[in-house]
Amino acid sequence: MLQSKSFVRKTKGGKVLKVVREHYLRDDIYCGASFCKACDSSTARLSSTAATILIVDTNVVLNQIDLLENPAIDDVVVLSVVLEEVKNKNLGVYNRVRALCSNSMRKFFVFSNEYHKDTYVKAMAGESPNDRNDRGNGGSAIRVAAQWYQNHLGQGTHVLLITNDKENKRKATEEGIFAETVESYVKSLGLPGLLDLLVHPSSEDVGMEDVEDLRPLKRKVIYTEHKPMSEITSGLHRGIYHQGKLRVNRYNPFEAYVGSESIGDEIIVYGRANMNRAFDGDIVAVELLPQDQRHEKSLSIADEEDEEEEDVHLAPSSADAAPRVTNLVQGSAGDINPLSSRPSGRVVGIIKRNWHSYCGSLEPMPMPAGNGGVAHALFVSKDRRIPKIRIQTRQLGNLLDKRIIVAVDSWDCLSRYPSGHYVRTIGEIGDRDTESEVVLIENDIDARPFSSQVLACLPPLPWSVSSPDLANPIRQDLRHLCVFSVDPPDIADVTNFVHPGTPLDDEAAQRGTSVYLVERRIDMLPKPLTEDICSLRADVERLAFSVIWEMTPEAEIISTRYTKSVIKSCAALSYVEAQARMDDSRLMDQVTTDLRNMNALAKMMRLRRIARGALTLASAEVKFQIDTETHDPLDIGMYQIREANQMVEELMLAANVSVAEKILKHFPLCSLLRRHPSPTKEILEPLLRTAAAVGIDLDVTSSKALADSLDRAVGDDPYFNKLIRILVTRCMTQAVYFCSGDLSPPEFFHYGLAAALYTHFTSPIRRYADVIVHRLLAASLGIYKLPDIFQDRAQLTSISDNLNYRHRNAQMASRASVELHTVIYFRKRPTDTEARIVKIRSNGFIVFVPKYGIEGPVYLMARGEKGGGEWLVDEQQQKVKKIDGSISYGVLQTVRIHMEVVEPQPNRPKLQLTLDQGHVA
Amino acid sequence: MEYVSPEGLRLDGRRPMEMRQLRAEIGAVAKADGSAVFEMGNTKVIAAVYGPREVQNRSQQMNDQALVRCEYSMANFSTGDRRRKPKGDRRSTEISLVIRQSMEACILTHLMPRSQIDIFVQVLQADGGTRSACINAATLALADAGIPMRDLVTSCSAGYLNTTPLLDLNYVEDSAGGPDVTVGILSKLDNVTLLQMDAKLPMDTFENVMQLAIEGCKAVANYIREVLQENTKQLEYRRGV
Repeated sequence: MLQSKSFVRKTKGGKVLKVVREHYLRDDIYCGASFCKACDSSTARLSSTAATILIVDTNVVLNQIDLLENPAIDDVVVLSVVLEEVKNKNLGVYNRVRALCSNSMRKFFVFSNEYHKDTYVKAMAGESPNDRNDRGNGGSAIRVAAQWYQNHLGQGTHVLLITNDKENKRKATEEGIFAETVESYVKSLGLPGLLDLLVHPSSEDVGMEDVEDLRPLKRKVIYTEHKPMSEITSGLHRGIYHQGKLRVNRYNPFEAYVGSESIGDEIIVYGRANMNRAFDGDIVAVELLPQDQRHEKSLSIADEEDEEEEDVHLAPSSADAAPRVTNLVQGSAGDINPLSSRPSGRVVGIIKRNWHSYCGSLEPMPMPAGNGGVAHALFVSKDRRIPKIRIQTRQLGNLLDKRIIVAVDSWDCLSRYPSGHYVRTIGEIGDRDTESEVVLIENDIDARPFSSQVLACLPPLPWSVSSPDLANPIRQDLRHLCVFSVDPPDIADVTNFVHPGTPLDDEAAQRGTSVYLVERRIDMLPKPLTEDICSLRADVERLAFSVIWEMTPEAEIISTRYTKSVIKSCAALSYVEAQARMDDSRLMDQVTTDLRNMNALAKMMRLRRIARGALTLASAEVKFQIDTETHDPLDIGMYQIREANQMVEELMLAANVSVAEKILKHFPLCSLLRRHPSPTKEILEPLLRTAAAVGIDLDVTSSKALADSLDRAVGDDPYFNKLIRILVTRCMTQAVYFCSGDLSPPEFFHYGLAAALYTHFTSPIRRYADVIVHRLLAASLGIYKLPDIFQDRAQLTSISDNLNYRHRNAQMASRASVELHTVIYFRKRPTDTEARIVKIRSNGFIVFVPKYGIEGPVYLMARGEKGGGEWLVDEQQQKVKKIDGSISYGVLQTVRIHMEVVEPQPNRPKLQLTLDQGHVA
Repeated sequence: MEYVSPEGLRLDGRRPMEMRQLRAEIGAVAKADGSAVFEMGNTKVIAAVYGPREVQNRSQQMNDQALVRCEYSMANFSTGDRRRKPKGDRRSTEISLVIRQSMEACILTHLMPRSQIDIFVQVLQADGGTRSACINAATLALADAGIPMRDLVTSCSAGYLNTTPLLDLNYVEDSAGGPDVTVGILSKLDNVTLLQMDAKLPMDTFENVMQLAIEGCKAVANYIREVLQENTKQLEYRRGV
């Protein structure tokens, strides 16, 4: 049957167009019930015993998605008209419903009612598609579909329409369709736990007045009303408002930045009132504040909530992870604020919300008396950028000492906090497993076991090199060579097992990288691959992808060859073993001499690389010794870097560079490379000031100049140079993956390595980027053809964006995990140790503890008596001194500190650093 | 953008391997020697054939075969916005050429030396796949004019969106920017007379897409054959045979 849809649309140019589209109605769309005899049940999803089939209205899907995701709700029919509307309104929810519908464990069925000949509802004349959807919301299409289902399945099945739209419910009942609201349906299920998942409508849709009265609300306006969208659009047009993504300062939730393209600078937003209910990641419209209003706002931060406080955390390893402390000095330094020229503004409207669910815990509160067990509690997110969220719960007693996940629903201008609802419980606060899971959830890391589809892609075990592999002409037999590996699993031929387009590949692409936590590792690829098939063990034949150089004794590369190969490793050494072999002058066997030769070459390559201007950076990486039984940390210390590490690093760098050159030559537009942008002046500014205070002149004009001036920066103690390097390292931005077609060649530059081209090739087991590069390299050798996705630059860009995102999250998770274990470690071991001052603040300073790789604040005065005037900050000298001049602390100075875990609030342990008075070095 | 839903339905309710509704009418222009209207969904094309007749421009006359000329145009009202469609622009010249070459491949030109055959096609309503519809209309009109042909040339397009080969793209799918493979075949002889694509596709995907388009062409050929038979029956009836 053919129907035609026609509607009128306005074009960009302002012309009015009539659009006519065909709309085919079908008779081969099935109901999805496996017991239905009339329909083809091959695609059926609804269970064969379903007594009740739920048809959900759009408002239910949009608002109650957490409820739908609960396994207690099943046998649900989602109409395509509902899906369409959900997609238009909230893409995030749409993706979640889609995931539910494709999940084979759940019984959700999509019924394409729009294309079914009996359930199609013709648009009324003059209706735009949006009107029609609204009417769909009003429910005619939904009711027609519900009616059809009831007639189709007969009286044996109860078809229930779930809607929170009063009008729709009334009409449905009139038409003889069973309809209920979500609340009444969930109540009828008799599962009290589910009620917490419900989002309580703030509108008058359903009578919730009795509950409403219990809320301790002072009905006064706290935030200014958001401007209507039309006004925002015209304001943006006229240039009075600026659009951008709001990013809240990780270390100060009352300060946010909006990167605005229209003024080409970041706008600072101080305080919750100015942020006006915007969350981190929201796209907002900002209005600039006049100059005179800027200052006072920043000072009033602390009054609002007693939360402004800095935690001890891991020393940042790059600029991205570092706190942004632009306004911290100004408090007592008074009027000399070099950054006050930065525009500041306030949010007038939110263009796109970035709400999702957050991990955290409930604020301790007494159990309320009576009132049906319903309690209103405040939820505090682990992520400090998120404000407290008000939730309603019936299981308060259960939740108080738990880490829970909460989703945000709304925030009106009458309430100080947004309201949300409980989603699920993770576990007990303070429990290591719970906290680790929180780390994973917060960083959006998928730690679920691999699905059966993914595992089905693996070759059968036990696996060994087969004769077809050996006979394959693309594979070179290198078994006769003496091949050995040092620490990393080396460059196994992972792409021989991970084929493009398979579930295994999709999963790996999604995960992007393996994640290393202190006590566990979340693999990108399933165990059989990482630990057996692609692990180059000693004396076992394995498939590899080799880069073979021919070098002069001066480490000049004469020729480079790339080939897939079969190798038989004669030794799999750890760094320690390799180092021990090289150092032991008695050993003269083949492996050891090879190691020494290689080390000599690597050293030459390293020198040459440094001469080119590569930076030798230092990190404050720490290593835990973990108790194998209890998984408790036994000891922490700095990670020791040996010559063997440097040798392997050097060779890997060389391999990566060679491969990058090769793939870029063959695929100039679709190679995946890695670049490291030069640090900006602004980021380097504080570093230069610090360096100047201790009398070092850093030249940052180029990486070469910086490397040279770092070499010259030798202080009076041996650790000084390393400290400076650590400080420099944290000013660097992160290197990122990109698609070569998106940028011009000068932008490919890798600043830290001083390499024109760089990519990742050496660890395909734990990084998906390397898998892609392996495929590119194989294609450039003509071994395999290039998979389709490389044709599509947009897709490649989205892959590299995802990789960057995952990579960053993985690093954040590792850091969070180390921080977590640091607290666990110090819980039983209060320690005195040496620390270095890295930053001067008005009421104290930030110290870095080299031994444990952490940094945190040391307060010179008790909190609360801020600005007591006893201490003076000298901006120029980077010193803080007592007014009488008796004691002064300068940047990079060594101090003795005491570290101890304290619990200012129950269940919220934190590490506290205090100055060990009298031991000032 | 999602052009094929996970339920396997396209935006207009078709499945990936389905064509739009076909409709054809013979004899739409009484004055012409042969004419036809051909519709593929909302794409509607009219074709008129004159000839074989005397060659107008003597210098173009060929002594061993007929001269085939083709003119393609789009009606001003064929798209939503009414715009004067220029004649002789790059696009219409190219399509004219494509249609002419396809038709030359099936007309037995050597039987009509020193004569000329004119084919005029005009798009009345455009909704994607105009090229194919023009060729199909021209075939019908040639058959109606009684011009001797080897076989029926039919054409159909196919595309590749959301990693699914799609048959007979409409305007929305066509403007998605994916590859659009237009194939013309001699259905009985199994010869390809036209193959166009202005995008990149991996070889094996391309073969799948092309195969799908060929299936489409065959379906069109069956339909055209039916229409012609029906038309012949009517002619017989009118003559009282």
